[in-house]
Amino acid sequence: MDEIKNKLLSKSRQTAEDRRGKILCYACLSLIVVLIASILYFITSKGIATFTENHLSIAQFFTGTKWDPGHKLIGALPMITTSFLVTILAAVLATPFAIGVAIFMTEYAPKKGTKALRAVIELLVGIPSVVYGYIGLMVVVPLVRKLIGGTGFGILAGTLVLFVMILPTVISLTADSLKAIPVSYRQAALALGATKWQSIYKIVLRAAMPGILTAIIFGMTRAFGEALAVQMVIGNAVLMPEGLGTPTATLTSQLTSQMGNTVLGTVSNNALWSLALVLLIMSLAFNLLIRFITRKGAIKR
Amino acid sequence: MKKKMIAVVTMLSLAAGLISGCGNQNNDKKITIVGSTALQPLVEKAADEFDSKHEGNITVQGGGSGTGLSQVQEGAVQIGDSDVFASQQSGIKANQLVDHKVAVAGIAPIVNQGVTVKNISMEQLRDIFTGKITNWKQLGGKNQPIVVINRSKGSGTRLTFENDVMKGAEPMSAQEQESNGTVQQIVSNTPGAISYISFSYLRSQGIKSLSIDGVKPTSENVETNKWKIWSYEHMYTKGKPTGETKKFLEFMLSDKVQNSLVKEMKYISIHDMQVEKTPEGQVISKK
Repeated sequence: MDEIKNKLLSKSRQTAEDRRGKILCYACLSLIVVLIASILYFITSKGIATFTENHLSIAQFFTGTKWDPGHKLIGALPMITTSFLVTILAAVLATPFAIGVAIFMTEYAPKKGTKALRAVIELLVGIPSVVYGYIGLMVVVPLVRKLIGGTGFGILAGTLVLFVMILPTVISLTADSLKAIPVSYRQAALALGATKWQSIYKIVLRAAMPGILTAIIFGMTRAFGEALAVQMVIGNAVLMPEGLGTPTATLTSQLTSQMGNTVLGTVSNNALWSLALVLLIMSLAFNLLIRFITRKGAIKR
Repeated sequence: MKKKMIAVVTMLSLAAGLISGCGNQNNDKKITIVGSTALQPLVEKAADEFDSKHEGNITVQGGGSGTGLSQVQEGAVQIGDSDVFASQQSGIKANQLVDHKVAVAGIAPIVNQGVTVKNISMEQLRDIFTGKITNWKQLGGKNQPIVVINRSKGSGTRLTFENDVMKGAEPMSAQEQESNGTVQQIVSNTPGAISYISFSYLRSQGIKSLSIDGVKPTSENVETNKWKIWSYEHMYTKGKPTGETKKFLEFMLSDKVQNSLVKEMKYISIHDMQVEKTPEGQVISKK
């Protein structure tokens, strides 16, 4: 009797395994949580040091246009403006192309064509950004110089490079969201006598709107955070952009080009951390926006 | 639920321990060298040769002069490379660091190949970078706007250029590029562009170097200070170097490195210099 009781009450091998599996998962999870928390803490504490330790004004940071942290001038407005401009312009440029290609992939192309196209698009994602930057430097900048004059470095060149870089992300996410629309929607539209284009335009695109918006914002997040490729074509002069073809700088390009030249703890270094903090807050904002949109979309459907 | 909490807490503390546990192990045989990218290739080659003869273990990394100086000041690395004097870098307590000058790097103004001007005066060079002269026509060249390309603020090369050429004049806001490589690339591609570059990059295609006041940018002219734009390549240690670090620094200054590697890579041997430059930019002749 006792033997059976013992067997029933003691832990089996499976229970132990189950337990170990759980502990492993929790360990991984907590490591990631610690990592994220410390990154957030680190960047925030460093980023606000400019204002708390060096006592420079936040207002000047967001509205000033002179950037020379060594002399306590920390106007980050040119970089913030440029970062937003290239991001938005690249998204505006990429969206119609992305939607067009995605519609072709999901609605018109034969299966084999879709597969081939997908492979090509995924290949584009894998190209390192320094290659995009190099092509930008050798091809896009001279082209822009010919088109609109000036040196060719600036927002237009940055936009064109980013446009190509975010295109694959936006296309594949848009295609995914188009594919997720149930076939019954299309069938119902066709049954009512709508043409193929009508059903795509009036039904499928509308129903996939939240997904498409998410795709665009994902693209924008990538564009906003891209450093190397933009740095090579933007000109890196911290000046308010006067046109599409004048040299200027983005938050990321300034960060990457300056980090190695400053000493930890000085004003110049802290000011760069403040730029990093702005970037972090912006990517958080983009993420929240995506959550908001997907939730809204889910209710609608 | 309680068990879960306990599990989470243990894991958290474990993770924290893991992160903090990875401290620096100070091993006398192991040398880490961080800093100036201008000096990095030379140090890497020298470290290779040194390693093959000794049992030492040398790691060489870039990161920039600022990083090199701050890391060596914190004691995180044994040697910090820098293009600038520690006293010129804000936030560095120069009196704690010991300077070892291992080579000299000359810097020359370069222009796009299409520019016909070959020689300018120091004052004209300054006027270009302050934005007073904006067209090559003003210097006897073609009617073509001058495109100024600067190095990033805080870069060692830029600091040297500003000390030796600008003499306190405020440089205009212009394009900034991060490395010698991109500067060379952009000048060779942009009509009317001017910038400045380390001697070791001078032979590249598509660019021309300018003479200043009739003096050509050559090593011989740097040695006598006829060519005035140059800087030391420093290797800083925190306090007096000991053990392997000391041996490596001696190796860097040995005739073997100075006469072969240094010259091969277009730096100027520290032994050949006939003048000395103070951190304030004064030049004294060496006896």
